[in-house]
Amino acid sequence: MTNSKETSHADIDESISAKQEMSGLQAITRSQPFWVAMAILVMAAVMSQVSDVFMTERNMFNITRNFAFFGIMALGMSAVIVTAGIDLSVGSLMGLTGVVTGLVMQQGYSIGLGFAACMGTAAIVGFINGWLIAYLRMAPFVVTLGMLAIARSIGMVISNNKMIYEFGPDQDLFEWIGGESVVGVPNPVWVMMILTVVFWWVYRYTTWGRWVFAVGGNQNAAKMAGIPVEQVIVSVYVLCSLCAGLAAFLLVGWFGSVTNALGVTYELNVIAATVIGGANLMGGVAYAFGAPIGAALMELIRNSLLLAGIDALWQQFFVGLFLILAVLLEQIRNREKS
Amino acid sequence: MTLLSLNQVTKNFGAIHALLGVDLEINAGEAVGLMGDNGAGKSTLMKIIAGNFPPSSGNMHLDGEDVHFTKPMDAREKGIEIVYQDLALCDNLTAAANVFLGRELHRRIGPIKYLDHEAMNERAAELFAELKSETRPRDLVRQMSGGQRQAVAIARTRLSEPKLVLMDEPTAAISVRQVAEVLDLIHRLKEANHAVVLVSHRMPDVFSVCDRVAVLRRGSKVADRPIGDTSPEEITGLIIGAIETA
Repeated sequence: MTNSKETSHADIDESISAKQEMSGLQAITRSQPFWVAMAILVMAAVMSQVSDVFMTERNMFNITRNFAFFGIMALGMSAVIVTAGIDLSVGSLMGLTGVVTGLVMQQGYSIGLGFAACMGTAAIVGFINGWLIAYLRMAPFVVTLGMLAIARSIGMVISNNKMIYEFGPDQDLFEWIGGESVVGVPNPVWVMMILTVVFWWVYRYTTWGRWVFAVGGNQNAAKMAGIPVEQVIVSVYVLCSLCAGLAAFLLVGWFGSVTNALGVTYELNVIAATVIGGANLMGGVAYAFGAPIGAALMELIRNSLLLAGIDALWQQFFVGLFLILAVLLEQIRNREKS
Repeated sequence: MTLLSLNQVTKNFGAIHALLGVDLEINAGEAVGLMGDNGAGKSTLMKIIAGNFPPSSGNMHLDGEDVHFTKPMDAREKGIEIVYQDLALCDNLTAAANVFLGRELHRRIGPIKYLDHEAMNERAAELFAELKSETRPRDLVRQMSGGQRQAVAIARTRLSEPKLVLMDEPTAAISVRQVAEVLDLIHRLKEANHAVVLVSHRMPDVFSVCDRVAVLRRGSKVADRPIGDTSPEEITGLIIGAIETA
């Protein structure tokens, strides 16, 4: 009996070592952000042949700065989507936090206070979203759709529907942060790059990151393993809102003015960028590097159409097309796996 | 030596009496099969032991000490682990991540604390090797067979060297080959001196791994026999009520 058992275990050991574990490189090439990045390179290669302007420093500067705001918001959105949630209120929240920042600084307060007010407002809105979703178990879609309307409305009320273009004593610093660059790279792009690395590290190496993915994978299992599921859910909505607030702070600084219409329909672009970057709306899967890569692809489409002389009205068509293709690709790969 | 003893445990859900004064003793290193028809009260009894809800009346002693559990974490802290029927695994995480879920290992550099993937993978690999399961710590649970998933769920319970492992229908939804694998896992748990309570509908499973079998019918314990003193026929009769008590 022992003899036959030993052979069977030897077989098992053999079969284990025969099936090599995935190397890091393989894991990367199997992920969606990798293929989207490849698509970006191909598009860039084609565009540099088609257009003389494309590869110029000026154009690269514009492209990267334009998608940085979406990239920052998409990072926050990726955390929400991992938990199988969605946040439709980020566009409206941009408008609200932008107006709040403007109003505070217009009153002559410092940029520090303006930033604190911006992020504080974002945190409150995120907390309300998260609390309703986690503790009252309301559907994320409905809660954040409601917040989309509420936040936009509050923005209109407190701005009295007027444009704000005076930002008090720290106006120059404010406009420098959002609009200028350091060693040739626009400041918002720096912010996005740093945040991306931070998100990557947090997703991979912190308990919180592990728990966010666990909640998205199987909320029941997470609960039974003793994970504070409700707190984790609240935290991702707060984080997502903070990212939207930060993007608004930078965007208003770049524009040099703010109206309550800031960020209208941005939520759709942000969600599209996150999904194109490999996040699964069913929860459990997202990549930190996917967020900026998804945002980059969308901006590249816009820029390429512009340079190729195609009517800009086509932009949304291609964004939608890529979004559907991304989800389709994900489904096909899942089918192959199972 | 008696590890866990239940005295006159009763559970009512409104007007429904799920358990009517059940006594049960479990000894260290012993595997007890808990059998009964649907609605006999098996799951209710398991959930009381695992701390999902407290009994309506009656008491529980663990190692001679009176215990009251109000949530699963209470039971786990006292050394009672449960393997749920649906296994409660996160498909999107690796085997090692699931084993350590909620009990992650960390490393520290100055003020920065981070997950120690290497240590968790190594320890998980050890646990899988002890269970003689061909499960690799870095594989995603999504890609695993039923038997491998079961090994992950059981390895989870081994992490804390529990006194008692509760298993709710571990062989219900898996293939024949994998059933043998799971029964092997239960043998390993016994060898490591963990007590096991196995809830199962499958007579051959209970008779191949358990030392004793208890039968519940309509909320009462109607039999509690050493495996050697009974037969599948007798147990079947007890479950369906053809034999009153034994």
